[in-house]
Amino acid sequence: MRTIGIIIRKEFIQIFRDKTMLPIIIVMPFVQLLVLVFAATFEMKQINMVIVDQDQSASSRRLISKFEGSPFFTIDGSTFSDEQANDELLAGRSDIILKIPNGFEKNLVSGEVSDVQLLVNAINATVAGLTNAYSNYVIADFNKQMISENVNIIQPVKLKSVDVTYSYWYNPELNYKIYMLPGILVILITIIGAFLAALNIVREKEMGTIEQINVTPVQKFQFITGKLVPFWIIAMFELGFGLTLGKIIFDIPIVGNLGVLFGFAGVYLLVALGLGLLVSTMASTQQQVMFIIFFFLLTFIMMSGIFTPVESMPDWAQKVNIINPFAYFMRVIRMVLLKGSGFRDISREFFSLLIYAAIILSLAVWRYRKTA
Amino acid sequence: MKQFLGFIKKEFYHIFRDPRTLLVLFGIPVAQLLIFGYVVTTEVKNISVAILDRSKDDVTREITQKIIESDYFTLTQNLQSDTQIEEVFKTGNIKEVIVFEPNFAQKLGRDGTAQIQLIADASDANTANLIVNYTSAIISDYVQKQNKLQLMPMQIKPEVRMVFNESLQSVYMFVPGTMALILMLVSAMMTSISIAREKELGTMEILLVSPLKPAQIIIGKVIPYVALAFINAVTIIVLGNLIFGMPVNGSLTLLLAESLLFISLALSLGILISTIAKTQQVAMFISLFALMLPTIMLSGFIFPIENMPVVLQMISHIMPPKYFIIIIKNIMIKGTGFGFVWKETLVLIAMMMVFILLSVKKFKIRLQ
Repeated sequence: MRTIGIIIRKEFIQIFRDKTMLPIIIVMPFVQLLVLVFAATFEMKQINMVIVDQDQSASSRRLISKFEGSPFFTIDGSTFSDEQANDELLAGRSDIILKIPNGFEKNLVSGEVSDVQLLVNAINATVAGLTNAYSNYVIADFNKQMISENVNIIQPVKLKSVDVTYSYWYNPELNYKIYMLPGILVILITIIGAFLAALNIVREKEMGTIEQINVTPVQKFQFITGKLVPFWIIAMFELGFGLTLGKIIFDIPIVGNLGVLFGFAGVYLLVALGLGLLVSTMASTQQQVMFIIFFFLLTFIMMSGIFTPVESMPDWAQKVNIINPFAYFMRVIRMVLLKGSGFRDISREFFSLLIYAAIILSLAVWRYRKTA
Repeated sequence: MKQFLGFIKKEFYHIFRDPRTLLVLFGIPVAQLLIFGYVVTTEVKNISVAILDRSKDDVTREITQKIIESDYFTLTQNLQSDTQIEEVFKTGNIKEVIVFEPNFAQKLGRDGTAQIQLIADASDANTANLIVNYTSAIISDYVQKQNKLQLMPMQIKPEVRMVFNESLQSVYMFVPGTMALILMLVSAMMTSISIAREKELGTMEILLVSPLKPAQIIIGKVIPYVALAFINAVTIIVLGNLIFGMPVNGSLTLLLAESLLFISLALSLGILISTIAKTQQVAMFISLFALMLPTIMLSGFIFPIENMPVVLQMISHIMPPKYFIIIIKNIMIKGTGFGFVWKETLVLIAMMMVFILLSVKKFKIRLQ
């Protein structure tokens, strides 16, 4: 036990001695949280619209002013030439073109159905879908007004209707930030923890200092434990730090029990850091470690469901997620923070990770060779 | 010159004698493309829903059938009471509960209206929004069919055309994005780490006392990575085209030239990082934090820049990947020529100049 304590102390001294690493550990996560959480949003604020109004009538102007009145659309130009409008789209200056053809009002008043054309820049399919939906709302609104103003002309028909009401639980304002923040937090503590741990042993190898440890009577498991604990503490500290920031700046809800969350995080970090150490025992240079870890990080992060729901992924990807520690924590941190899930709800994930941690750490101890 | 060539040869040896790194280097673009192509889709599919049917009549069964027949939803559970809703949300799998009011069919027949409540787990706001929209659409589609609704007069019928991407494929987003991400990371990380490595191991001193000029040392270090990154760029373009059908509508030469420009920019950024960092660890963390996450988040790769707060939009102006992504989207998708991208190209060149100037100023040829 005393030996482990001494190794841990040595590691801490080494970490805090490096004056460039400290700000990276403290400041970087702070900046990242601030920037990335604000950046990660699909909420549409401004859709730039160009108008080609070939009708120039009261009705067409009314439709246009409906779009102007909508909080989503900004009219940033109108032209008579199709070509000019298309150029705007091509140059990426506008997101949607509204074309009102000649005879629009005539058709409308004579009681026929009038066409308008919407050209949406669809390079980003998600955004295009939303843009389309918002413009349909505006048009549906216009249509509704037409009906109510002309009830005497249009025969009201008795129609069946199903009244759909909806409620959004846990996040009634559909605030995307409180969903992203826990996700980004998971990435930050993993990057810091796993990378530091992974680079650690291999660095000693590169510097040659590992041989000095190898000739001491330190046991293999003592060595691995001593390497693991400091980064575990740093990562747990990062988590607390990040949550505090999230609470202060973004006012994220903390519905669940923090004890459950930190308990789970503790096991998760054993897996994440264990994987780092395992890679470290196998690699011979820091560069190798970085690229291997980097590769897995990028892959695992994307598959973990941080941006998109795991359920929508193909089956094989969901199977791969069984060995993806990110996927477990990504799910659990959101469940506990936002929905207040208790230990019973997350026990399956908890025990899976516990077994995972045991396997990874035994592998790391076994792979670490005291003989050169 | 001969010495210089010898130096470049040494760098290539350094890279090739480490097959593990090499494997990762060439594996990254392939893996990322496959992941973005097949795994990270913003479409919702197979979302688990639960039904709380207080009526259990023909109409509710029919609507339920319609909902689970769609690709979007899978019925996982039938609930019996309100109290169960909270429970199923907390265990995590179910994203939406559909509640039919009692005597649904009867009310629909008699009063002409009946109520359905959709309760979504909105902890994932985006998905919740999509799910609720899809469910409402299915329901209103059902109602319309029941009414055999003829089109009302005096209405506008919008005719929508999705320009550049008729079938709304996500490949148009992720191929340019992946390209920017991979080129940025491979180039900047590799150079900054390999230079920092020479410093850390002390071999930089040996290089500095050699007859090679500092500029030659740096250029020699960088050239192999230009080659590697360029191979990566070509891999992404070819795979994107063969597997995902990403077109190259514009000039291929222009596309490759712009890629080369972006690679050089990333490399000069890598050099700059290495002049600041003393150890590989520091170099890596700077490249990772300052490059990876911002390249994903602030470049318009996944999240559109126009929707961000103004401050972030301003920050995004100094993100080189942003300009590169605009350029390659223009060339690959819109098929526009240099006339449409010269401004972005100039910005990239200017940024590169700044990075090179800064590195030259910061590069120390003497030891402290």
